Amino acid sequence: MNREVDLLVTTSPQIHHPDSTAKIMWTVVICLVPAGIWGVFLFGGKALLVIISSIVSALVTEFIIAKLLKRFTVLDGSAFLTGLLVGYNMPPGVPLYIPAIASIFAIAVVKWTFGGLGANWMNPALAGRVFVFFSWTGSMTNWRVPRFLTTHVDGVTMASPLGFIKAGLYDFTGTSPGPIAFLKAGGYPLSALDQSVTNWINTSVLNPLGASLKGGYVDLFLGIVPGCIGEVSALLLLLGTVYLFIKKIITWEIPVSYLFVFGLLIWIFGGLRFNNGLFTGDVMFNFFTGGLILGVFYMATDMVTSPLTTKGKLIFGAGAGFMTFLIRVYGSFPEGVSLAIIFMNIFVPLINKYTKPVRFGVSPRGGGK
Amino acid sequence: MELVLIFLSASLVNNFVLSCFLGICPFLGVSGKIESAVSMGFAVTFVMTLTAGITWFINRYILIALGVPFLEYVSFIIVIASLVQFVEMLIRKISKPLYDSLCIYLPLITTNCAILGLALFGFLREYSFIENMVFGTGAGIGFTLALVIMAGIREELELADVPHVLRGPAISLIIAGLLALAFMGFAGLISA
Repeated sequence: MNREVDLLVTTSPQIHHPDSTAKIMWTVVICLVPAGIWGVFLFGGKALLVIISSIVSALVTEFIIAKLLKRFTVLDGSAFLTGLLVGYNMPPGVPLYIPAIASIFAIAVVKWTFGGLGANWMNPALAGRVFVFFSWTGSMTNWRVPRFLTTHVDGVTMASPLGFIKAGLYDFTGTSPGPIAFLKAGGYPLSALDQSVTNWINTSVLNPLGASLKGGYVDLFLGIVPGCIGEVSALLLLLGTVYLFIKKIITWEIPVSYLFVFGLLIWIFGGLRFNNGLFTGDVMFNFFTGGLILGVFYMATDMVTSPLTTKGKLIFGAGAGFMTFLIRVYGSFPEGVSLAIIFMNIFVPLINKYTKPVRFGVSPRGGGK
Repeated sequence: MELVLIFLSASLVNNFVLSCFLGICPFLGVSGKIESAVSMGFAVTFVMTLTAGITWFINRYILIALGVPFLEYVSFIIVIASLVQFVEMLIRKISKPLYDSLCIYLPLITTNCAILGLALFGFLREYSFIENMVFGTGAGIGFTLALVIMAGIREELELADVPHVLRGPAISLIIAGLLALAFMGFAGLISA
């Protein structure tokens, strides 16, 4: 019989909120599931093994460490979510020990060395991903051909759109209208689905309005591109995001400032590397490629590793958008979302400290003077 | 533009602490509080900028002119040590409060390998005088940035339930490792 439960003494404010850690974590997991099922459908059963491997290692690591510290936290969903996100951030054909090591690193080093959930100042899943990315860069950038796409080279692996562009632009001197045209000129395949859907949209919606959509965006939006298992389908991730917004688990500040700053910079400077002028960047392409949607809505908004105040969140999102732009366009890696977010994670304590709201009745410059 | 690139390269891309792993001792030692981290950072920035300027002259007009570049380590260390001593006396004379707030950190700068590293890097990369000064300032600002980030995280972790065995230097080194991981995103942004 535990008497402390019977007589609970708390300090004010004594407001009860129905959300618990477990409820929030499991809700996020549910919102992520459709994108994962789609990823497994596109890339085959190997992708499912990758996700299972990362989740199981995350749960086992969590269980062992919590046991050593005489706590029990496996069922609060946070380790499951970390494992799931690690799995979603893996290429489908990766050897199974890599997601396992990423999860172990995430849970053991990034989370529990600082005292468990709530004290981890860096997003565990992203840190785990970045850790294995730098350790096994070859395996981590080896993309499988998704269902619906056919390539002429070897039929098993192909470059991701961002990787293809980064490699192609390395010694590029001509001009190209933009990333979609650049991919097309390089012989990058499109699915039959993309062609029919684009045709349908053009003939029935856009052409009467005097506009037209180029082929390729539908593939990006639906996720019929090589990429990490859970990041490819922008559509299903956005559907999950709507639910998270309805449930008020994520707030608008970080996604909006992140996408705004990133989109603005891409629009202004993104065209320069195709040797076009300013203000010609392809924002839509950059929004739906790589891990941006997954990163912006599911990982940058992590409650533990993002700032507490509205102003702080706006700064955080803007910084992450700027860093993503910088790495994607000028860095040596094709994709920068995970690096950008963990780079901003390290500033969160400082952002919190300097955006702290002033207490009521105290002048901003340390009153009483 | 060249100068801006040198500055950004020294402060962010090739951050002395988090990419070159120089100057780790003050990075771990003086990063407990943000205020002292800022003071230490500015003291180091000041010394670094001066060192960059003076070692450039010594290198160009003494070591190379006399054909004794092998003396660079000895001469640079002497220069840095006396420079720190000089700065210490100067600050004590000009501003006593600043001197009191820096107290032990000033002499500590003498043994900061980041400063010797700075002098040697500038020598290797054959910077001009202005470039070397900008390089020194950038390296100092980057050092300050790393120190302040570290201090922010450590202040936050004071309230965290860090496992007993990891408290102290162990957790600081783990934080430093994760910070270095985050800074790897800059790789390749600016070469050299």
